[in-house]
Amino acid sequence: MNAMIVAQDLRRTYTMGEFEVQALRGVSFEIRRGEFVAIVGPSGSGKSTLMNMIGCLDTPTSGSYHLDGLPIEQLDPALLSAVRNRKIGFVFQQFHLLARSTALENVALPLAYRGGISAAERHRKAAAALERVGLGERMGHRPQELSGGQQQRVAIARALVTDPALLLADEPTGALDTKTSAEIMGLFADLNRAGMTVIVVTHEPDVARQTKRLLEIRDGQLVRDVLTADAWPDETHVQKARSRRLPTRQQWRLRHEHA
Amino acid sequence: MSTHSPVMKRVAPIAIPMNEAERLDAEVDALMDGGIGWMETLGFALTTLRTNPLRTLLTTLGVLIGVAAVVALLSIGRGAQNSITASITSNGANLLTVRSGASSSGGVRGAVGDSSSLTMSDAEALTDSTRNPDIAQVSPEYSGNAQLVAGSNNVNARVTGASAIYASVHNSTLAEGGFISADDVSTTAKVIVLGANVSKTLFPDGGALGQTVRVTGQQFTVVGVLASSGGSGFGSSDDGVIIPLSTAQRILFGARSVGGSWTVSTIVTQASSATVVDAAQAEVETTMREEHSLALDGSADNFSVINQATILATVTQTTQMLTMFLAAIAAISLLVGGIGIMNIMLVSVRERTREIGLRKALGACEGDIMRQFLFESLALSGVGGLAGLALGSAIALAVNLSGLLTTTLSWDVALLAFGFALAVGLFFGIAPARSAARLDPIVALRYE
Repeated sequence: MNAMIVAQDLRRTYTMGEFEVQALRGVSFEIRRGEFVAIVGPSGSGKSTLMNMIGCLDTPTSGSYHLDGLPIEQLDPALLSAVRNRKIGFVFQQFHLLARSTALENVALPLAYRGGISAAERHRKAAAALERVGLGERMGHRPQELSGGQQQRVAIARALVTDPALLLADEPTGALDTKTSAEIMGLFADLNRAGMTVIVVTHEPDVARQTKRLLEIRDGQLVRDVLTADAWPDETHVQKARSRRLPTRQQWRLRHEHA
Repeated sequence: MSTHSPVMKRVAPIAIPMNEAERLDAEVDALMDGGIGWMETLGFALTTLRTNPLRTLLTTLGVLIGVAAVVALLSIGRGAQNSITASITSNGANLLTVRSGASSSGGVRGAVGDSSSLTMSDAEALTDSTRNPDIAQVSPEYSGNAQLVAGSNNVNARVTGASAIYASVHNSTLAEGGFISADDVSTTAKVIVLGANVSKTLFPDGGALGQTVRVTGQQFTVVGVLASSGGSGFGSSDDGVIIPLSTAQRILFGARSVGGSWTVSTIVTQASSATVVDAAQAEVETTMREEHSLALDGSADNFSVINQATILATVTQTTQMLTMFLAAIAAISLLVGGIGIMNIMLVSVRERTREIGLRKALGACEGDIMRQFLFESLALSGVGGLAGLALGSAIALAVNLSGLLTTTLSWDVALLAFGFALAVGLFFGIAPARSAARLDPIVALRYE
């Protein structure tokens, strides 16, 4: 029961008119509790489809997916909503905060959908989650009064407030500058050290590099499943290069495109 | 269930390890337990409306105007109906008025003084309680129009020659002085009782009692002034005057005598109660046919009986139809208001696509989203409805105060209009709410 996620032969086919697009062509993997995983791959690789499936926003055409022991592919939409609410904390590239609500109200939102929690308790938990991401001072601010990094912290607090089994981040640093990206990734690393299972979907090598395990998707298939430390065989060379200059995205792509 | 089997009883004290299916059932039960409450969803809906005040105001405007129009028009309609009813019944209740000339004889009308005329002996026959057990009172009347002059003031008014019983049949009450007495009738006295409006016109400063009024050259002494009956039109007593019947017949209008009996223009009979009005009408008709030696089947009638209840029913029906017609037009504007709500809600769903996607990702199910948007449209129509009730009532009260028309506000009208507004909000909210609920969260989250 140590496996948080068990995916077996996941396939997902979209029908577009007369064409069938196979977004996932049989993906199998396991993720254990407490792991810090990056899912990488170029756009169109099926990476997003896999993320939707892990996040219980979509179900496989065939194959099975167990999240925390629940056979997700057998659940109806209402149950999937409940699973998303209780098991998964989402972090999005575009933050997706309600513009007219305060940070505290945004963070308390998932607790309202859980039900059975008084408003006072919801606010107490939301305040605690905001403290945890270092935004205890800005609970009454609306999103437009916060910086991008602070907005993403609010979103992370919202993901944490339900005490989920899994933190699922979709390009969490895509809309942030380098410095803020590093802070956000540092926050994920801290949460992971505290025992949280974290999955980050990204196409940025600098982001992927800060995780512990790397799953690479290409053409709907899992092409690599390695420890991040082993992902770059010429790590010493990279370390040297990094001291002078960070590898650009293009360089990273070139290095792996034909692997 | 299985604890009833002896085997299970034996095993029961030992903790049974849950198998996989039971564990799953328990987990699913735990998942189904809970979910967002109605109050929270309503809170989300109201927050959205509160944070977009201008949009909310403009959206509710359609329903507001619709409800206000329905309430105001129905109040005016009811008021009109009430005042018409009051003015018809102000001249007495349960009245059957006999006139000469058959109601079916078209334009043919007998000359004054011929055998078809109504006479005093007809009135006496109708007074006979053995022949007409359901008739309580009979008032023979002779009326015509005449010019009334008092000092420098003059007015053309309906002059009714009546006997003393008139006051009791027509519910006349006196503001001052007395009514025509039996003595006045037998002595052909030149006395006159003025209607409230006539008195005001001829004697604007009051003090009509004891004054002289000239009616087509004859001097009449004012002995009484009637209290205002409140009614208007339909021969309201306020605009007429009353003189002794004999004076009207012999001096003022020169009535003929048929077979030794003076003619009258109408005989007003009063049924003893509302329930016997129809029976009384049959008695009147039979008596009249016997008196005029006519066929008892009514084929040769040279008189007609006007039933006040029938007029009342017809008038009521007409005003009701008119009111409903006006209300229906107002209801169309309410419907248009509903379409306005639907329009705004559809735009709102599109505008908030990402919010809907987010809510679904965070655990909202289709029903939650559906309810949130339905609550929004219901709240819009509800607020519009309440404001419309206030505005409509204000309009009705203002019309009432202006004195143009009397209006009657009533609870059932308010509830009807408000209920209809809510129904409109619910009906036109369904389509936007469904389109919101059915959004695919994956697509919605990526919507730009």
